[in-house]
Amino acid sequence: MVVEAPSSVDTRKLDEIINAYEGKKSYLIAMLQRVQEIYKYLPEEAMIYIGTKVEGISPATVLGVATFYAQFSLEPKGKYEIKVCDGTACHVRGSMPVLEAVKNKIKLTDGKMTTDNGLFSLETVSCLGACSLAPAIVINEKIYPKMTPDAVEIVIDTLLKENM
Amino acid sequence: MEKIKLTVDIKEEQKKAQEIINKQGRRILVCASTGCLANGALDLIEKFKELGANADILTKEDKMSVIPTGCIGFCEQGCLVVIPDRKLTYVHVKKEDVEEIYDSLKNNTIVERLLYVDPALNSKVVNNEEMNFYAKQTRTAMKNCGLINPESLDEAIAAGAYSALSKVLEENDQEFVISEIEKSGLRGRGGGGFATGKKWRSVYQHRGGKSYVICNGDEGDPGAFMDRSVMEDDPNKLLEGMAIAAFAVGADEGYIYVRAEYPLAIKRLKMAIAAAEERNLLGKNIMGSNFSFHIHIKEGAGAFVCGESSALIASIEGERGMPRPKNIHMAECGLFKRPTLLNNVETFANVPLIITNGSEWFSAMGTEGSKGTKTFALTGEVNNTGLIEVPMNTTLRQIVFDLGGGIRNGKKFKAVQIGGPSGGCLTEEHLDMPMDYDQLKKVGAMVGSGGLVVMNEDTCIVEVARFFMNFTQHESCGKCTPCREGTKQMLAILERIVRGQGKMEDLDTLEELGEVIKEGSLCGLGKSAPNPVLSTLKYFRDEYVAHIKDKKCPAGVCKALKHFEIQEDKCKGCTKCARNCPVGAIEGTIKEPHKINQDKCIKCGACIDNCPFKAIEIK
Repeated sequence: MVVEAPSSVDTRKLDEIINAYEGKKSYLIAMLQRVQEIYKYLPEEAMIYIGTKVEGISPATVLGVATFYAQFSLEPKGKYEIKVCDGTACHVRGSMPVLEAVKNKIKLTDGKMTTDNGLFSLETVSCLGACSLAPAIVINEKIYPKMTPDAVEIVIDTLLKENM
Repeated sequence: MEKIKLTVDIKEEQKKAQEIINKQGRRILVCASTGCLANGALDLIEKFKELGANADILTKEDKMSVIPTGCIGFCEQGCLVVIPDRKLTYVHVKKEDVEEIYDSLKNNTIVERLLYVDPALNSKVVNNEEMNFYAKQTRTAMKNCGLINPESLDEAIAAGAYSALSKVLEENDQEFVISEIEKSGLRGRGGGGFATGKKWRSVYQHRGGKSYVICNGDEGDPGAFMDRSVMEDDPNKLLEGMAIAAFAVGADEGYIYVRAEYPLAIKRLKMAIAAAEERNLLGKNIMGSNFSFHIHIKEGAGAFVCGESSALIASIEGERGMPRPKNIHMAECGLFKRPTLLNNVETFANVPLIITNGSEWFSAMGTEGSKGTKTFALTGEVNNTGLIEVPMNTTLRQIVFDLGGGIRNGKKFKAVQIGGPSGGCLTEEHLDMPMDYDQLKKVGAMVGSGGLVVMNEDTCIVEVARFFMNFTQHESCGKCTPCREGTKQMLAILERIVRGQGKMEDLDTLEELGEVIKEGSLCGLGKSAPNPVLSTLKYFRDEYVAHIKDKKCPAGVCKALKHFEIQEDKCKGCTKCARNCPVGAIEGTIKEPHKINQDKCIKCGACIDNCPFKAIEIK
């Protein structure tokens, strides 16, 4: 899995993003979303660069916004981003056993979000709006409906095979 | 007011759009919404096209066209295929079934095995109109959802889109529009239930300079997806509603704030805006009038508090989404310090129909104080999960048992959680209460955005309260101390109770903390965060007491309080449980009843799963 190291943040790309939103500070969230699309997380250099370039804000403002919203990650995410829905409907239909099963299957150490090999990252989200498919998980934007601990293991096995 | 002659004739556009649709021949509708997509709806559509049901191929005698639609609402039964002219609905359709359906349509026969089976009557339903799930609904905001292709402007126009806007622009009378909305009795569908017309009028009174219209599509309540459906399935209805509102209050720029978890909604809204602007139905000098209105999409970034109006505005401005004091009225000083009208998706979706059919038509539905219809997301332990829209005088019983088909697996109804983390629980005694704003408020719940999560006897109420408190604690923005610190303390107490370490005083502390948080918080999140705990304490106090005094979880959910026991009379001594126990907690000799060593047991349930004689009980 190739994640560009923070030191290799491409300022030309960042300039393109800033210009696409005419350098307006009200588009800060959108800018950060585009940055995260490229790097899969928000490298510190990129946040400092945007905070310096965009008028009316500081790097501290950028960090403040980046840490406020759940969507932004300050550490690199895995190739496969697994989101286990823990909305009400999923919760009452058993999303927690599914989460445990994923954790064990990808061998994630406690307190960490991404596996050591950089293949998987795991988080819970509050609701995907796919309540009728409960419990649901999303892996890189694809929804897997009606999960069980066994079913989720099969899903992850297929992903592992793709990376053999 | 002088009437305006428009350059775009919407009736003419409608006629043209209808002609395009007529060329499609028989329409085969395949639900292509999030739910059915996950079940493989795209494969179905491809297969239908392969067989010849392709709208792009020129007309012949027995022409059929497959149309990808938005959510029909009956998500539990997906993939769904609907043939409107034959009033047929096929459920759980797989790719392998497509050819059989296609042939049956040619021969005018029915594929019996794919018909929906009514769980109450245990019989197959041949005619859509006899399906309780549909027959008992009144669809207005979701009228077109599932019947049109959301990515085609022509389909929307043929179904009536932009004719209300055209009427409004032609009449050119802002006062008329506002008074129609006032008379209709429409109230905000996002949760608060504020009178929509009143809101519009106060923004109108501050007209003159730049003002904005914002649509709140940050549907963050876990267990709710009505707004997602409107945005994904009939985006033009929302856009038209916003344009009418903008005309009425004198705004020329609008924002739709959509949560980032809804990528399909964002895509379809962007498509719809571009298509409507191209045909001069939005944008500059709409339909040749003096009215211009530009809509932008703003993506949220995952913060529940941004559903709160002033936090949402902070987020659109690119800041941390924290609420602002309420003494500054948004009608005067909202987005970028300009007068701002903010309504929810469903509220806007109701507007075009009120204009077209008149305020009296709308106010004839519902109850005294709550007019019209409301959409609900029906989920949890109910047979028919999905999206429904019913008049506001519908009772909970009708929703759960008539539309929802009752509780899954023949279990017993326990409660309904309504309004998500801000709402409360409704129990058996509330089953015959109409679902209107005021009635629900009286019993400590709220309509909220409309999430209905049905719970059965196997759901632990205390655990559910802990779940919601965990959610709001996590989502508290941290601005107000009572909310930031209070929710943390409430959560700690609830966690202690589900671990079996609660004290009876805890219940009083919970109530006391709850009241302080409600009093001392600035925004709706804090003001309503204690609701799930307070309402369950009111109706299910004995369950809390059971956790604390008897150290028992009556529903058998809370792991720390679970206790596994082998019933001697049922155990045949096959040793299967002992062999499967991962920690060696089961002892006994072959052909003799076994015993579980409670000190060693980790309550994983492996023994239950493996016992062929169902001899193991959770106590």
